[in-house]
Parts: sequence; C-alpha cells; structure tokens
Amino acid sequence: MPALLATLLFPLLGGALLAAFGHRLFAPWINIAVSAATFAAACALTAIVIADGPMQLLAEQFFLDAFNVFLVALTTFVGLTTAIFSAPYMRIEQDRGRLTPARLRLYHSMYQLFMFTMLLALTTNNLGLLWVAMEAATLSTVLLVSLYRTKASLEAAWKYFILCGVGIALALFGTVLLYFAAERVLGAEGMSALLWTHLDAVKGRLEPGIIGIAFVFLLVGYGTKVGLVPLHSWLPDAHAEGPTPVSAVLSGLLLNVALYAVMRGKTLVDGSLHAAWPGQMLMAFGLLSVVVGALLIWRQKDVKRMFAYSSIEHMGIITFAFGMGGPVANFAALLHMTGHALTKSAIFYTTGHAAQKAHSQRIDAIEGLREVSPPLGWGLMMGVLAIVGMPPFSVFASEFLILTTAMQQQPWAAPVLLLGLGVAFGALFLRAQGMVFGRSSLQRLPHAPNMLPVFVHLALVLLLGFWIPPVLVGWWHTAAAMIGG
Amino acid sequence: MSAPAAAASVASGMATQAITPLVSLPLPVQIIHLCAALLLLLAFAMLAQRRVANLVSLFAAQGVLLVISAAVVGYSTHQAELYQSAVLTLVIKVIILPWVLFKLIHRLRADWEMETLVNIPSQQLIGIVLVIFAFVVVQPIAQFTGANMRGVLGIALALVLLAFLMMIVRHTAIAQVVGFLSMENALLFAATSATKGMPMVVELGIGLDVLVGVFVLGIFFFQIREQFDSLDLQHMESLKDD
Repeated sequence: MPALLATLLFPLLGGALLAAFGHRLFAPWINIAVSAATFAAACALTAIVIADGPMQLLAEQFFLDAFNVFLVALTTFVGLTTAIFSAPYMRIEQDRGRLTPARLRLYHSMYQLFMFTMLLALTTNNLGLLWVAMEAATLSTVLLVSLYRTKASLEAAWKYFILCGVGIALALFGTVLLYFAAERVLGAEGMSALLWTHLDAVKGRLEPGIIGIAFVFLLVGYGTKVGLVPLHSWLPDAHAEGPTPVSAVLSGLLLNVALYAVMRGKTLVDGSLHAAWPGQMLMAFGLLSVVVGALLIWRQKDVKRMFAYSSIEHMGIITFAFGMGGPVANFAALLHMTGHALTKSAIFYTTGHAAQKAHSQRIDAIEGLREVSPPLGWGLMMGVLAIVGMPPFSVFASEFLILTTAMQQQPWAAPVLLLGLGVAFGALFLRAQGMVFGRSSLQRLPHAPNMLPVFVHLALVLLLGFWIPPVLVGWWHTAAAMIGG
Repeated sequence: MSAPAAAASVASGMATQAITPLVSLPLPVQIIHLCAALLLLLAFAMLAQRRVANLVSLFAAQGVLLVISAAVVGYSTHQAELYQSAVLTLVIKVIILPWVLFKLIHRLRADWEMETLVNIPSQQLIGIVLVIFAFVVVQPIAQFTGANMRGVLGIALALVLLAFLMMIVRHTAIAQVVGFLSMENALLFAATSATKGMPMVVELGIGLDVLVGVFVLGIFFFQIREQFDSLDLQHMESLKDD
C-alpha cells in the first residue's frame, strides 16, 4: 500500500514542485530525481507483488495483477531514462532559443503529470477512473506537443486533441454501457459495478448484447489512442512536431497503456460472448495498421515521422497477436509490447540528438552519424536492427512467435503480416544506412548527449532476446491465460 | 364506413396505442422524456446556429436540462449521489464553462458569423439520418432498459453523433470545442438516465477533466491565434502525407 501510494504520489507531487521550479537550472535534476524515486517505488511494488502475488488496495479501487505489474515497472523505467535523456536534450533546445524558461517549466511539470496519469490508468481497478486517466493523459500532453509554438506543432496538437478527445468520448460511452450491463448483475451497490475485478468475476452473466456494443465503442475509442489505422492520423504529427522526449514517451508508454485499456475490455467481452468476432476485429485493425504503417514508412522524409509510422506498424502487430489470442500469441504480444517500448524510445533518443546535430529532422539532412559521433551512430543502427526484428533482439523472438502462430491459426493472415514486416524492414534499414554511414558535415553538440539510456534499453532488449527472467515469464503466462481468446 | 373514416379510426387507434402508455408513465419519467426531447431539439438548434456566442448559450441550456434530469432521477430513485451530480453539473456546465467560453470569445473577438462546410439544411438532413442510425444501434440494448427508459439511450447516442457532426462541419476552433463539450453532455445524460449515474468518484474525475480541458484549450486558442492570426482551422493544412 505505501509502495503504491508512493508510485502515484511521487509524479503528482513532482509535477506540482516542477510547476514552481521547472524553469531553474536544476529543474532537470529534480525531474530525474522524481522519476528515479517513482521507479524505486514501482520496484518496491513489484517486489511486493512477486512476494505476495496479485493484490487489491484502497477499498479495491486499485489492483495489481500479472498484466499490469510489469507495465508499471516498464512505464516508470522508461520515464526515468527519458528524464535522463531529456536533460541535455532540452538544454540544447533552450540554448538554441526554441524554448523559453516558461515553456521549460510547463514541459517539466506536464512530463511528471503525464507519468502520473499513465500510472493511474495502469493501476486503477475502476474502469471509470481508467477513462479519466486516459483523458487526463491527452490533456497533459497536448500542450507538450505544441511546446515549440510553431504553426505545424499547433496544428499537430489541435489534431491530437480533437481526434483523441472524440475517440475517448466514444470510449466513455462504452464505459457507460459496461456499467449499465454490470448494474443489472452486480446490483445497485453502485461503487462496485465499475470495478474490473468484480466485472471479471461475473463476466459470464453479463448481457452479451450490451457488452458487445460496449466493446466496439471501447475498441474504437481507446484504439484511437493506440494509433490503429484508420484512426491513426494524429500520431505521426504529434510525434514529429513535439519535443523528442515527448515522442519517446508517447510511443513507448501511451500507446501501450491505451492498448492495455482495450485488452481489459476484450477480456470481459470474451467471457460474456464466447464469440470470435471481437478477436477478428482486433486482427483486422492490427493487420491494416501493419500494412498501412509499413507502406507509409517508405514515403516519409522526416525522421521522427518515419519512426512514428513504425510505431503504428508495431502496435498493429501487437493488436493482431492479441486478436489471435491463445497462450502463445498473447505471450508474444506482451513480449513485443516490452521490446517495442524499450527499442522505440531508444531510437527516439538517438534521432533527437541526430536531428539536433543536423539542425533538421529531414532524413536526407542527417548523414554520416558514425563518423561524427560513433556512439550515436551505432546506437541508431543497433536500434533500427532491433526494431526491424533482427535476431538476437527480443523483437525478433516475439515477431517469430506471432508469425508462426499466425501460420498455424490464421494461415490467410501470415503472408500479409510477412509482407508488412518485409516492407518495414527494407525501408527502415535503407534509411538508417543513409543516416549512419557515409561522409558527414554534421556538427558537434554544445552539451554532450547522454547515451546511457540508449544502450541500457538496447541491452535489455538484447537480454530479453536470450533470456527472460522467470518471474516475468510467470507473469506473462498468467496474463496470457487471463486474456485468453 | 367510408374509407377516410376507417383510415382515421385506424390512425386514432394507433395514436391511442402509442400514446396511452406514455401518459400512464409516472411523472418523473415523463420529465426525463421531455428533457431528452428538448436536448435533441437543442442539438439540432446548435447545428443550425451560425454565431459562436449563441452556440455557447445553447450549450448552457443543455446543461440546465442535464441538471433537471439528474435531479429528477435522483428524486425518483432516492439516490443522494445524483443530487451531488446535479450540483456538480450546475456549477461546471451551466456556470463556469459558459462563463469561460463567453470570456474567451470576448477576449479573442471571435464572435463572427461562421462558415460551415455543408450548408445548414443539408446538415439537418444528415442529422436526422444520424438519429435514426443511433436508434438502430442501441436497439439490442434498449430492450434491457425497461419500458420507462426506452428511447432515452437512443437519444443519448444520437446527441453524441450530432455533436460529432457539428465538430466535422465547423472549422472554427471554439465551435469545435463546444461540439466536444456537448458530446460530453450527451454521455453524461446517457449515464444519468440509463444507469442512474456513474459512481461519484468517476463523475468528479470526468468533471475535473472537462474543466482542465477547457482551460488548456483556452491557452491553446491564444497560441493558435498568435501564430495563425485567426481561429479558422482552414489555415491548418500543412501536415499532410502528400
């Protein structure tokens, strides 16, 4: 209980603290310290769950089970490394006059508030609060996307707000319908009818007609935030126009948490309906995202946009795997969620600094990174190799599992999936080669970039490719069985 | 019996069939139905409205109807929580938000006649189609709501879709936000009328989100106008994947 409170309160209080001091020279250090404290609290929480198993806290309003505990750890970890990366990055941006002290204060404060909303969404047992947290996540990041106040960034932020706002309104309708169905079974106890654990316990008795429609609304609503095609159009803009640390946490954290929300709904609809169509819907959205995302990677001229489309592609892979369901595909999807979050944020760290060196986010302006800055160049190259699914990185393992399962269970989908993976592989590898190798006219950065987060992330992805800690395997097996399908 | 007389008697028979149960409904349910009908009317009025300030007034009127319906449901089901919800709605939706929006319109001098992408009569027609669509979608659910509330859920979804339509056809930033807020109103109406209100903690959270959202957007409007010299979103056309 204290560990959970600490996990939630550190970022909240940190946000308040940084709202006062976020423009000072030591603000990045406060940001890192708060993130580190949150990560430590999350580690303590994880240790408690390892020792005592799943638990419910604070009058059942919060809970931790195999599905969300690893996401809490992952979220706080990426939060910490992004805070470390952001210190020199934002310093350079400020020196170049792209940021005023007031905007830096806004950035630091909102960064912590965003972490708070993510952790609230993950740990709450109340589907209503989950919705509130997802909406708050949009609100806390919309001003971050428009942080540079350029025309393009304002446009991106507006699109982000309107699309995700509308999407999330549909998710609220889905939540109301869920509550409506639950009330008929759980009675007028009021408070308990939105608690996920209670709903899960009685899911067999929930009215299938209502739950089915509720799920469609939840999928479309939260699916907008996952960036599923055709609801994705906010995603590349927001990733490209916002500051790089924000791109990293959007891709690494927000998309995962939104998908987590969808899957909580999917578990209920499966238990109530025992029909194939919810899974098929996920598969359809997933495949479409893989193919469209992969094809659009080719056409991008902006490096952050390109990797944003790669995020769409990967969220598509994960959604497709969850749609197939079954122990193996679900396990692979959870592994892929982890691998993608770590790898993609590492890639954004390197591309952020690369774009700073080139004074441009255009792909053809970035060249010869290896010559100017070997760590940056190799970091980017390794990251790209990991994300396109080269062995021995963990993304290879999860994609391999998903592909082989698809061949057995959904043979028609396997070629489509393979096509998407192949196209993305070619595009990303080719572009990365151009950026990393060759002669260069790039400049040194005034503040040395901190490459530690990049290599720690990539080392973890590499490790997960060889060996997954038994605890994690246990959680993923439990979560995979719970998600079912 | 002549043919017209027969037709008339059949028609009156149908009318009594349709109306009798409605009249025999208890008064609170009738009030809810009235609120639902008026909300739908207001949604169409919003679609037809050209001036932003009037749009905000209509939004405030929607809020008043929500307060009434929450209070009535609270009274008839003896749920104190719904009274709190009604007060919350009154404070946020009827007082604070319209006040903030009026202030914004005044400060931004944004109260001019808006162009719409689709002309207003066509919008109304699309709106009617959306209402029918909404009723079809909730058909499988409506049978579980009990005879009293049948139709209310359909209207709630129709309100969501109409607000959606308004956001699509308007390209003024403030009009889109009012559309967004009235969508939220519709969801609140669905929650109070179909399920007797969400748990208080959730309603508080939603209220907080909406409030923060409008303040964030208020800041945002100024940023947009600073850069684009206008709140017309047609200037936002640069981000496209060719």
